[in-house]
Amino acid sequence: MNTKSRIMVAVAALMLILTFFFPLWTIDLNAPQYPEGLGIRIWLDQISGMKPNDLQSINGLNHYIGMKVIDPESIPELKIMPYIIVFMIVFGLLNAYMKNRKLIYIWLILFIILGVIGMYDFYMWEYDYGHQLNPDAPIKVPGMTYQPPLIGSKQLLNISAVSLPSTAAIVIFISIFLNIAALYVDTKGKKHEN
Amino acid sequence: MKNISRKTLLSAFGILFLIALTYAGCNQSKTSLSGNEAEQVYVAPGTYDEFYLFTSGGFSGQMGVYGLPSGRHFKTISVFAQNPETGYGYSEETKAMLNTTYGFIPWDDSHHPEFSMTDGVPDGRFIFINGNNTPRVAKIDLKEFETTEIIEIPNSAGNHASPFVTENTEYIIASTRFSIPIPQSDVSISSYKENFKGTISFIKLDPKTEKMNLEFQIIVPGFNYDLAHAGKGPSHDWAFFTSYNSEQANSLLEINASKNDKDFVAAVNWKKAEQYLKEGKAKTYDAEYYRNYVDHKTQIAVSEKNNQVKVLDPKDCPGMMYYLPTPKSPHGVDVDPTGEYIVAGGKLASVIPVHSFTKMMKAIEEKQFDGEIAGIPILKYDAVVAGEVKDPGLGPLHTEFDDNGYAYTSAFISSEIVKWKIGTWEVVDRIPTYYSIGHLCIPGGDSKKPYGKYVIALNKITKDRYLPTGPELTQSAQLIDITGEKMKLLLDFPTVGEPHYAQAIPSDLIMKNSVKFYKIEENGNPYAVKGEKDSRVERKGNEVHIYMSAMRSHFSPDNIEGVKVGDVVYFHVTNLEQDWDVPHGFAIKGMNNSELLIMPGATRTIKWEPKKVGVYPFYCSDFCSALHQEMQGYVRVSPSNSNVPLAFSLGN
Repeated sequence: MNTKSRIMVAVAALMLILTFFFPLWTIDLNAPQYPEGLGIRIWLDQISGMKPNDLQSINGLNHYIGMKVIDPESIPELKIMPYIIVFMIVFGLLNAYMKNRKLIYIWLILFIILGVIGMYDFYMWEYDYGHQLNPDAPIKVPGMTYQPPLIGSKQLLNISAVSLPSTAAIVIFISIFLNIAALYVDTKGKKHEN
Repeated sequence: MKNISRKTLLSAFGILFLIALTYAGCNQSKTSLSGNEAEQVYVAPGTYDEFYLFTSGGFSGQMGVYGLPSGRHFKTISVFAQNPETGYGYSEETKAMLNTTYGFIPWDDSHHPEFSMTDGVPDGRFIFINGNNTPRVAKIDLKEFETTEIIEIPNSAGNHASPFVTENTEYIIASTRFSIPIPQSDVSISSYKENFKGTISFIKLDPKTEKMNLEFQIIVPGFNYDLAHAGKGPSHDWAFFTSYNSEQANSLLEINASKNDKDFVAAVNWKKAEQYLKEGKAKTYDAEYYRNYVDHKTQIAVSEKNNQVKVLDPKDCPGMMYYLPTPKSPHGVDVDPTGEYIVAGGKLASVIPVHSFTKMMKAIEEKQFDGEIAGIPILKYDAVVAGEVKDPGLGPLHTEFDDNGYAYTSAFISSEIVKWKIGTWEVVDRIPTYYSIGHLCIPGGDSKKPYGKYVIALNKITKDRYLPTGPELTQSAQLIDITGEKMKLLLDFPTVGEPHYAQAIPSDLIMKNSVKFYKIEENGNPYAVKGEKDSRVERKGNEVHIYMSAMRSHFSPDNIEGVKVGDVVYFHVTNLEQDWDVPHGFAIKGMNNSELLIMPGATRTIKWEPKKVGVYPFYCSDFCSALHQEMQGYVRVSPSNSNVPLAFSLGN
């Protein structure tokens, strides 16, 4: 592997450190009564409000329709994800050192699989919150469920929920892309040598 | 003037007053606005006004908050009067704000709002206002728009020349309108000249703790001290007070206090006063007064009684105070943005005298005195006057300044605002007001850097300006554009309570600091509950303490039993919401107190003494949510000898 590719693999690994400092996903809730906005931010290791207390406000609203309380403490994924990222960083740096194309393929496939599992898990979590409603909820609209979209927007009663990947997810995407690019640059370099 | 008989003078003013009213009355019906006035005051839905306007509530004892240029009313801040709408002055947390040495006083007469200043410019931290009747000064925190401190002023009566702040809010100054025996004593009223005195008070604002402290008073001859303004720039060390009734009359003042050709503007060098205080020149007087303040941690108002005050006597303090002769019972005294000119509104005078600070200092240096009163040298009028504004309208009262070197004086009797140029003293424009203007206000108009743009007329008479509402009509202000050569009337708008003085400030100085809600984790009220699980009921003898939480859309607990007739019940209600604009109300049937309005994250307590057996419903009185009508509960009240155990619950 050429130096250029090795640097790309190393950068791809190191840039994952950024994912600890930015949210992965945002869910913004737009309603007439919230001109100042209301939303949650999903991080590797926590769920926070867009503003302080937004999580509490959302839980307060959710109790009317019988949704479960969002309690970051009870979500095991938030405990696992940081380790996965640390593992991917170490693995990536190792790849830059080892110059082994096969290992880069493994890194890529592993990360993509983990990503897909993560998205599926996130979808299931949203499904569960949106469908597992308290039968004693004050507001019951026949046939209505409250699953927020995975990506995109959806009208849920008076609230329009907009769900989008955020900075950390984009960083992961770029990291994956950089590894693919590194393989490509390496292949091209070899062809030139030949 | 002295040659003219009393009767002639009186009837002359009477006729002038009538003419003024008739003139204004005729004119009004003919007033038609032309051009883009509507556009100039239109603030589109969802957009903000450029300025906040704070008006005194007059005899309502409160303060009004408006937007300019729209004239929209946003809030009435509770200051000296109880407000059952919020529980101010009723709740256990706020009752102490209204304590005085005369007991609990649920009312006052508030006249002069004044912003705290930094470098002679309003800084948007606080606004102060006087209690005129039972002398007090209140401090309102502009982060919350709530009264957070009220200090009583001893040795004072009719706290009218109050509160005016020095350039960096070093002091809040206040002076007596009524002279009284100091210390108070049982003397004949006719012994006025011998026994009655006035005081000028200097309240220090601690720069760190932001607490007010009555640092010292100056005992002054028994005139009526009317209004004041602190100096700025070169006159930074000085404060100026108008006085009338230099005749020292104690009856029929309208005649007896209008005799002298000239009364006085008192000039006080407060820096020198500070120095004399340090040197130990002050006497300690026994004087009881209260200081009530909201404890930062608990958010509960606390009363603290003080027993002494330091008093300086000008006799012992040479160079601290001078009198500037000023025609005919001056009312307002206003210092121009440069700090050089001191404008007095001689309400019965035919000119507006303008004193020069430079000339005053020179006259002091050259000892150009015209006698003295009680150790206070009287400076020669000609030695201090810079000029006189001729033909300034009848009954000139107050002056504010714009950012282009012009002054604007209100004329009560001729019901108009007169614009004149500083330096040439020439009247350049005048505009009628409807009717009988008292104070006027230009944003930043008494500061070093006026914002200009508008002048607001604060009128005493409304008559036919609005739809009638029986004999009691609304109070009124008027917005006038001063950006052009000619003043232009834009808008009339009603105000809450009588607007005496008002002050305006650019919105962005205040709105960025506005508190949205209180953080529940910072709630230091000992009766707060930090979560629903802490809500409970406890009995201590015949006191029942209900630690209640409010959260959309229920109270916890909402079923309470075991309360008996003869119990004293305290509802300590904590609003657990942590969201903007979600207050909860609390009201219970048969409550002899007010309701409670509890801001998010705050705790408020109301006392209830049930007198009859029965089951009493309580509910949230501020429409909080879709299930607001479900936000209710019951308290069972049993006979005093019953054995019903204390019990409380939610949701079973």
